[in-house]
Amino acid sequence: MTNDEMHETDMTKALIVTLHDWWEAQLERPKIAKVHLIVGKFTCVEPVSLEFAFEVQTRNTFLEGATLEIQETPLIAFCHRCQQEYRPEIGIQYACPDCRSPMDDIRSGRELKIDRVEYATEGLGIADCRF
Amino acid sequence: MHLTHDAALGINLLHANQEGADHNRAHFDEWGITCFNIMSSPGAGKTVLLEKTLATLSNTLKIAVIEGDMTTELDADRLRQYGVPVIAINTGRSCHLDSRMVAGGIHRLVHEYDPTQLDLVLVENVGNLVCPAEFEVGEHAKVALLSVTEGEDKPLKYPVMFREADCLLITKIDLAPYLDVDLNRIEANIRQINPDVTVIQVSAKTGQGLDQWFEWVRRQCH
Repeated sequence: MTNDEMHETDMTKALIVTLHDWWEAQLERPKIAKVHLIVGKFTCVEPVSLEFAFEVQTRNTFLEGATLEIQETPLIAFCHRCQQEYRPEIGIQYACPDCRSPMDDIRSGRELKIDRVEYATEGLGIADCRF
Repeated sequence: MHLTHDAALGINLLHANQEGADHNRAHFDEWGITCFNIMSSPGAGKTVLLEKTLATLSNTLKIAVIEGDMTTELDADRLRQYGVPVIAINTGRSCHLDSRMVAGGIHRLVHEYDPTQLDLVLVENVGNLVCPAEFEVGEHAKVALLSVTEGEDKPLKYPVMFREADCLLITKIDLAPYLDVDLNRIEANIRQINPDVTVIQVSAKTGQGLDQWFEWVRRQCH
């Protein structure tokens, strides 16, 4: 197991603990079919590895069979000098391409959010499927 | 009865970890302790920096160390020579400390020592440039180390830790003359990502820059 894969394992563990705390606090606890995440590009999370780790680590838990749906958000910074947004090139250049001011305000890309969950309904599969 | 089919959460993926971190920090605040989370890739010089820090500052500040590096007991023994409490956390195969592990360390610390007597807790994280940045442990400040041997472009390739750092130490600068490395270039790359970070160039071997680091540490303490 590489360091990166190990990292996704830990990140997934953190996600499952957070979901479990939330689920335990609910009055009704229907089976969860899908978990929607919003993951920024400027985080330490690699979506593909996260999906894989989630599938493995949820076996025999309250999340068994649930899938992850990850929506990625781009890195967008705001340059106060130029009064405009720009998209830094991750790994290469973060300063403003026009005036070279450092990346100060990050407007998007740091998200690590559980957006919503979809419940499964018996006999129908996912609840918000329309038949 | 209407059945809810979908639930909006809008909570952070690391919410459980964050709650634990806030809880740890509340304890530190209650005891009048300042806590640093010290992070770097393996071999950047975290442990030797701690040694130099303990050797100089433990006369004036009451310091404890929570040691999370995977090489653990070896590092912990090196630090115990300075007569300060050192709690070694077994991180198992985890590549970073999380708030729960550090809470365990705090419990062991207060079992053996009176926390109200302490001024500073130094948490040495697992050597890793990627993960520790996302997992708060209850620190008041994040300290990142980057050794000159790691190359100028590391901050660009692993930006999150450098973005989150409050203090960045460029270490092993005594080696810079032997390497094809430009210290100003390293600093410029860091500032692209984190314009307000305190950058200190140090060599634990020659002692260069350490006074500036000690001064920064003293200023952070309550």
